[in-house]
Amino acid sequence: MTPEPLLVANGLVAGYKEPVVGPFSIAVGVGEVVGLWGANGSGKSTLLRAIANRARIFAGTLEHSSRLTLAWQMQQPVRLDEMPLNGHDYLRYARADRVAPPARLAPWLDRRIDALSGGQFQLLAVWAILGGRSDLVMLDEPTNNLDPGSEQLLVEMLRSEQGHRAALVVSHERQFLDQACSRIFELGE
Amino acid sequence: MSWETLLDPMFRIPFAAGLLVALVLPMLGVLLRLRDEWLAALGFAHLAGASGLIGMAAGIPVVLGASLGALAGALLKSLGHFRGNTVYVLMILVGWAATLLVAANTALGSMMGHALVEGQLYFASTAHLISALVYTVLAIILLSRMIPVLVRARMFPGLEIPHRHVTWWSHLGFDVLVALGMALGTSTLGLMGAFALVFVPPWLAFRWASHWRACLAISVGLGVLAYILAFAVALLWDQPFGPTLVAVLLVLASLALVRGDVSGGRRRPPPASG
Repeated sequence: MTPEPLLVANGLVAGYKEPVVGPFSIAVGVGEVVGLWGANGSGKSTLLRAIANRARIFAGTLEHSSRLTLAWQMQQPVRLDEMPLNGHDYLRYARADRVAPPARLAPWLDRRIDALSGGQFQLLAVWAILGGRSDLVMLDEPTNNLDPGSEQLLVEMLRSEQGHRAALVVSHERQFLDQACSRIFELGE
Repeated sequence: MSWETLLDPMFRIPFAAGLLVALVLPMLGVLLRLRDEWLAALGFAHLAGASGLIGMAAGIPVVLGASLGALAGALLKSLGHFRGNTVYVLMILVGWAATLLVAANTALGSMMGHALVEGQLYFASTAHLISALVYTVLAIILLSRMIPVLVRARMFPGLEIPHRHVTWWSHLGFDVLVALGMALGTSTLGLMGAFALVFVPPWLAFRWASHWRACLAISVGLGVLAYILAFAVALLWDQPFGPTLVAVLLVLASLALVRGDVSGGRRRPPPASG
């Protein structure tokens, strides 16, 4: 049975001053984890920006419900030099309260987020998005700074029940996408 | 030096007015620092000082005149979509030049110019106190609603996409709140006294706090402590209030430097996996 579509792109061509990616067609349904794979410069991040209304659409259509809520983790999560927030604060302000965070994150929640390592912060930042209640979650290169163990935890986070929402995951790591996603689209084919 | 001076009823209204301002400005400073916009406070303070003086020449009370100038700066900042610190530096230059030119060319302006720079808290009137009270109540109510939106917009820009109108109103509302706070602060504590309250306590709180609420509490606590100390020192030794407040805040910062908490900055771990 085809899942109920949350987002449908038909012949989408997107970019900034000039087109960067497309034409590209995709339908993302409820409960799916869809991977976007491609070489550097193939326009993976631009596609996410177009969905988030931060890039120009030159041709094609992009359809979704007007009530669709979107959570987008950019390639570099915001990390200031000084951040007087601990992990609990960070997740509270992200409204990541859909389910309890994974046990692996628990020891880091009482620490200031600017005292976490790059990998610890990356996992927390991904959970801040995944733990929320948005209909469509977009993760851009979520494996940045992660060692193999943390990458496996990320796979488990994505493979766990997504409920009535979908995830769109951009990565240049094919093996990670193979493990985490139900479908993979290749850009620049 | 007379300790009885501290209890003189004549100073109760100025003390209360300044205390309310010292309560709110450090809280605003925490958010300004998080948004990397603390220079905006100095820009608003300069505009407030200049417009307060110009307003006086037109017969407008200084608190109202200062507020109008600072509000103009807030609208310019919010609606102008400027990037970086350029617009704040321009506010500082415009405000500084206008303040000194008005002060140099009118007798009243000269006197009030010195008052704004030095911070003549002891001349704060009932109008200052009522303004400070209304502002403080409003600021506490509004900030309790704005803080989650502002922190989320800063830390998670990808989360606010469906609610940009809410975020935009919160940004504008915060700018207006800062502008009014700086206008009130400049006309009661002096230009640099108000700016120091926005800058120094949050600077220290950002280093010391273990979590967000502690950061707000430390910042407000330091601001109020410094204000009370400065009030006593300035009154007992007959010193201008603004520079005394700045000096007290700098002494507090120096103590932190001696502790080694501030000088080297918080070390960020390398971006290794963990």
